[in-house]
Order: sequence, then C-alpha cells, then structure tokens
Amino acid sequence: MNAPLGRPAVDMSVRIGGLTLKNPVMPASGTFSEELAEVFDLGTLGAHVLKTITRDPRTGNPTPRVTEVEGGMLNAIGIPSKGVEAFLAKVVPFYSRYDVPLVVSISAPTSADFATLAARVSVPGVAAIEANISCPNIEEDGRAFAIRPGSTREVMARLRDATDLPLWAKLTPNTGETPEVARAVEEAGGDALVVANTILAMAVDTRTRRPRLGNLMGGLSGPALKPITLRMAYQCARATSLPVIGCGGIATVDDALEYLIAGASAVQVGTETFIDPLAMPRIIEGLRARAEAEGVAAIRDYVGTLADAAEPEGVVFMQAAP
Amino acid sequence: MTALPVLATAGARVFTGPLRVAEHEAVNADYRLMRLEAPPTLTAACAPGQFFHLLCPAEGRHAPLLRRPMSIYGAEGDRLSFLYKVQGKGTAALATLPVGGSLEVMGPLGQGFRLDPGWRNLLLVARGVGLATLAPLAAAAKAKGMGLTAICSARAPEFLMSLELFASHGAEVVTVLDSDGTSAVEHLDPMIEARMAAGAVDAVFTCGSARLLRLLQALGDKHGVPGQVALEQQMACGLGMCHCCVRPFRRDGATVPLRVCREGPVFDIREAVA
Repeated sequence: MNAPLGRPAVDMSVRIGGLTLKNPVMPASGTFSEELAEVFDLGTLGAHVLKTITRDPRTGNPTPRVTEVEGGMLNAIGIPSKGVEAFLAKVVPFYSRYDVPLVVSISAPTSADFATLAARVSVPGVAAIEANISCPNIEEDGRAFAIRPGSTREVMARLRDATDLPLWAKLTPNTGETPEVARAVEEAGGDALVVANTILAMAVDTRTRRPRLGNLMGGLSGPALKPITLRMAYQCARATSLPVIGCGGIATVDDALEYLIAGASAVQVGTETFIDPLAMPRIIEGLRARAEAEGVAAIRDYVGTLADAAEPEGVVFMQAAP
Repeated sequence: MTALPVLATAGARVFTGPLRVAEHEAVNADYRLMRLEAPPTLTAACAPGQFFHLLCPAEGRHAPLLRRPMSIYGAEGDRLSFLYKVQGKGTAALATLPVGGSLEVMGPLGQGFRLDPGWRNLLLVARGVGLATLAPLAAAAKAKGMGLTAICSARAPEFLMSLELFASHGAEVVTVLDSDGTSAVEHLDPMIEARMAAGAVDAVFTCGSARLLRLLQALGDKHGVPGQVALEQQMACGLGMCHCCVRPFRRDGATVPLRVCREGPVFDIREAVA
C-alpha cells in the first residue's frame, strides 16, 4: 500500500512451524495483556503471546518485584496466575476479536503437570503453546527444565504427546548447553524455539544491605541481555532446523534485524514495551520501511544472512615494533 | 506550535506522546513544579488521583530505563502539572528538563478518587509528596459544592506547599509541623476525632504517610467515616501488564495482591494494609 510505484509492497509474513504470521513481531510473554489495547490496535501484531499461566491460582512473589539496573531491569514476579479455568473463561475470549494467532504460555512444576495443562489449553482460539521451561523465578536458585538437554527432552516429549497444537519451547540463557538443549527440543517434536528468557541475576542495596528484589534473585531483561540472547539465537538456528524466535533486549528496528540476520525468523519484544508502549508497531513499520529502502522483497529474506566475519584486510595486528 | 501528538489508533484511551515543558521551577529546597502544555481534551480526561507514566530524560551517563509514575497535581485547560521531589535517578533527570524541552508522557492512568454526591464535608490529611496527589481534590470538591478541610503536614514551615491553592478553592487549611510537634499523631488524633464526632466529616482522604493512614483507618472505623488512600509502589509498565506494582489489600476476608497502577492508585482506606 505504501510502496513506491512500480515496486510491490514488502511481504512481511513469516512462517513459524505450521503457522503463518502477518509480520515477525510479537510480544514476549509477561509483557503483554488486554490493557495494551487501550494504547494501540493489537490487531497489528504478528502474534499474541500471553503471560504464563499455571493450573492453579498463584499469588506470585513478595515485593519489590522489579528493580532497575544499568542497561536493564530485574524482575521477580513469580508468575501470579488466576489459574487455567479463569484464563480459559475470561482471557481467551477477549482475543477472539483479533485475526492474530494466540499463543498461550504455560508453566508447571513437573513434566506430567505440564502435559495435563497443555491438553487443557488446547482449545479453539488457541493457535500455539509456548512452553515456559525456563522461568528463573519459580524454582529455587533459578532451576528450570531448559537448563539441561535431558530434562528438556523429557518435558517436551510429554508435551508433544499431550497436544496437536504447534509447540514452542522458551529456552533459558542460564545454561552452558544451548545447542544441546535446542536439539533436544527438536528431537522431542517441538515446532519452534523462543530464544530466550531472562538471565538469573541479583542486585543489592548497599545502604540497607538488602537484596533489591523481594525474591532475592530475579531475571535480567532489557538492552544488557541482547548480546547474550542474540548469540544463543544464532547457535540455535545453526544447531537445528527449527524456526527460531529471537527474544532479549529488542528495542529498535536494528535490534530486530540483528536477530533475523543471525537466523531468527521472528522476534519478541518485552521490556521495551514498558518504556515505549508503541514499540511493537514502531518496529513493524520500521522493518517494512527498512526492507523497502534496501529493495528487499520479503522480510524473511533477511533471515540467516549473516556474512563471514570481517577479514583483517590491510590491518596488521601484533606486529613487532621496527 | 508543532502538531499535537495523536493517539496510535482510534478507540485507544491512553495518550502517549511528547508534551512541551511550559514552566519548570523549584517550589522550595525539596520540591519542583513542572507545567506541561497539553491538549485540553487530555486535561479534561484527567481525574484527581490518577497518574501519568513519565519517560525521564537521560542525565549524564545515567539514563533511567523505566518510566516513572507521577500523580497529577493539576490538569486544567492547556496545562498538565506535576509537583515532585527529587529523590532518585528518575526525578533527578526530570529536574534537568528546560522550559521548551519535551517530555514523553503516557496517561492518564489508574483509578482516581471517587466523590459520593451525598458527601458535604471532606477532610484530607496530606504529608510530603502526598500533598501533590491530594491537591486536585480541592478543585473537584469545589466544583461539586463540597466543603473541604486540608490538614497539611510538613517538617518545617518552609516545606508547607499549596496552601494558597487550597485556600483559593475555599478550603479550610490547617497546618501541622514536625518543628513544633503539632504533626504528631498524638496531636492529630484528638483534633480529627473531634471533627468526626461532631459529624463534620463525611469522608477522609490521605496519601504519603503510613502513620496517618493507620490513624485515619482507626478513627474512620470508630466513627463510621469512609475514606480513600492513594498509594505508591515501584512500577514497570504502568498499564497493568507486568504485575510488578502489587501491594496487599484486605478484600472479602482475605489478603489479596492488587496492582497499584490498575486497581489503584486510589483504594478504599479500609482495604489498605498499612
């Protein structure tokens, strides 16, 4: 519609497993809810990824639940949840007004509970399930399924048996085995990788000597996280043939493009929405304009186009002084 | 004048965009008053007790990442104002904004004060920055033909603020100070109780002091006087998405976490856990 004469509009659509999204931009779980509809038309988004739900109601963590650090924020919300039945009765119907795939994020303490919950949310109106196997806030010392390939494979296999919906696995940066965990998801029948959740962190008030979060530890998000999760997205795209959804510190069009070039097929925007509630529509329009300006016909043409590292041409390193 | 920022989509109810700083000055050693040029449709949508989420500018190498919630001090015509105390990175950065500069704002947000049309006499008890939140009640009470008594508490006379504002709306102003001991609960308790016992108080309002909150809860219970309190909490999104800003409240016989940004910042005084 906005394309110059003689040049077709940029094709913004991307495919994630069996789903086609009208553009590659969606919210990160936990940073999005119905209230954002008061700020912009949520129908413009590529997908709607909801806050993680659990089977039973949970009150969440003690306050303070958030604290600002240089280049980011720490949160320890603790997945407050009204429970799955209230969610299905009240939240899912709200999103039926939009022609946007609804992605339900779920969490549970055991593989069996994960499977039961996945089956329960596999209802009309839900397009995919994002398995939050990486929340650092609900288990002691940040333990989560996605830290090890073995526990990842086990929970994803149980989930695969429990639902026919596309199954996305949200990975954690709190692991030294990113490619192995990604391959475990693929082997267990997962459809996509969301890379990644927050990194386990803490902060101290030096005056009171207390931790700055009520939960002591929490998850780091925001710009400081981006180089780490970008590296992970690249590793996951190389290690598997699954589509990767990049997530971590995306605030600008350039941030989103970095993930696409590194191999992600789509991106999730989280913390930046707290700072600029219009961040997602701004990034969608910015990606379209950037592709148009660069003569790129389809946004998916950016995916996985990372060039070789620059040759040190004309630069001589470590040469001994004459 | 530049074009006014527009809402992202029709039907959206929350304004997001830059506003120009029209006035910005120190009120005393602690507080600053900032007036922004705002579309009259925006100020008309603001209710006393609601807040805006402000994107504070960078100061030196410290850029506050998250927005800062700030209650509305005034919203009339083409002026939206905030009275604030410089006490952290965000407000320190805000204080550097020059007249003519621009500030990104989002709002109005949250639930404001609710005035029952049957009330004739309101009593507000404000301390510190709570005064900024309660000040807009003066104009609202006057518009509804309600009487207002404002008990303003401060460390010392030079930190009393907005006395003229309350007086200009016909409010009775009572000042109490730490410096002469009049702000002590032991002094306020009989003073407020006498007014309640005389039937001169239909509702109480407070903000800024847990001590005053507990006092008004106790006296309100004893004399059957309802009340409202505006509360603070650290926030991230300001819209209700992140669940960072919860506080505990007594509701239906249980203690439940509610979002200060969404279910508040103004709550029934009986529900607040002081």
